[in-house]
Amino acid sequence: MTTPLALVAELTHRCPLHCVYCSNPLELTKRTTELSTETWSRIFREAAQLGVLQADFTGGEPLARPDIIELVRAARQAGLYVSLITSGLPLDEAKLAALVDAGLDHFQLSFQGAREETAQEISGTQTHRQKLRVLEWLKKHRLGVTLNFVIHRQNIHELEEMLSIVEEHKPGTVEFASVQYYGYALANRSSLLPTREQLDFCVSTLRKAEERLKSKTRIVFVVPDYYAKYPKPCVGGWGRKLMLISPDGTALPCHAAAILPEIQFENVMNKSLREIWKSSPSFNKFRGDDWMQEPCKTCDRHEIDFGGCHCQAFLLTGDATATDPVCSLAPTRPKVDAILATINNAQQFAPTRIEWVYRPNPT
Amino acid sequence: MKPELNAKPRLAAGVRLNEKTQDQRMLLMPERALRLNGPSLEIVQLCDGNHTIQQIAEKLHILYSKAEPRRITDDLLGYLALLHDQRAIDFV
Repeated sequence: MTTPLALVAELTHRCPLHCVYCSNPLELTKRTTELSTETWSRIFREAAQLGVLQADFTGGEPLARPDIIELVRAARQAGLYVSLITSGLPLDEAKLAALVDAGLDHFQLSFQGAREETAQEISGTQTHRQKLRVLEWLKKHRLGVTLNFVIHRQNIHELEEMLSIVEEHKPGTVEFASVQYYGYALANRSSLLPTREQLDFCVSTLRKAEERLKSKTRIVFVVPDYYAKYPKPCVGGWGRKLMLISPDGTALPCHAAAILPEIQFENVMNKSLREIWKSSPSFNKFRGDDWMQEPCKTCDRHEIDFGGCHCQAFLLTGDATATDPVCSLAPTRPKVDAILATINNAQQFAPTRIEWVYRPNPT
Repeated sequence: MKPELNAKPRLAAGVRLNEKTQDQRMLLMPERALRLNGPSLEIVQLCDGNHTIQQIAEKLHILYSKAEPRRITDDLLGYLALLHDQRAIDFV
């Protein structure tokens, strides 16, 4: 059995943004059931002992935790490489300096677009100017920086402007992450799924940018998998690379797994990380290939993609053990093709107001 | 692109070694980690922005006196080029 590379610490589901593609579950964890500073610190120590190398602090907005500085210090003291995945909203210069001082290794700043009005539409909040301020503050520290642009049909046309921000600030990494369709994103899919033309534009623009930015900024492009030939390996394989702890301590193999029925997920309040990783029925559920159906079971690629994403299989087919329907070999691929057809065959998008389902805030 | 012998490599922003107390030494960076063994660990520890590549090569020539110095320098340049491509190091 492998040991996990990363612990994703979903510190809270509270967030000042209301992004229409948020990957949080539709049922958000309440503030009153969030784990304490002490419990998180224990989790970081247990993770390091298990062989975990990295802690990715996310949420919600991790900066919404009043103890964020202590949490960074605790994870770093446990021996983990600490990343903060943030909107940059509840932040000022002094707090950034305190985070760096506590041992923060890597700052990942999310962007909703390249313009204030786009960011406002997508996140339901004024965000863009603050992010540009954060970029200036980051220059004063020697810190790993990743910019993360979540891209979709409503903002791909701003790609060149996004690249201008990248070229001006030269972060170590930039991610152009296509929206993946779970949670709120699934509810808003018909307004978010890009057209094939947009995807082609994206690929050719990023290829040119890669040449220009070579050895300055690493470009990571997360493809919109509905257009892929083969599925993505579910977080590097279910129970292989990653463990996610939700705000109330539920241990999950990926962000979306809680939607899968008939799986009892363990809670870190009752069991150690090692026990959960090594012997829980939930983490063992899709390890190996005994659970696989055809065409995966006899497919050459099943050691590469492990059958794809179980949550996507469940959401689109009702069966989590089915081949991910984005796979061109899946018997259910026609469902995905039908969804793409509705997007690509539409004559033109009427410039009407989009009825977004915004992510609410937990109480 | 092969780096120049008088360049001084250093770990890029956001890149660091894990703690000495952990059994497997690793180079940690955003979303990735590189396993370090033998010479790769010795090289990375000298990527501090103070040593030139030439100086690092000379240290390795002493450490690995049985190997041909020319070969060691070539391997060093190759490894540094790889680290640079991965944005694990930059040059001062």
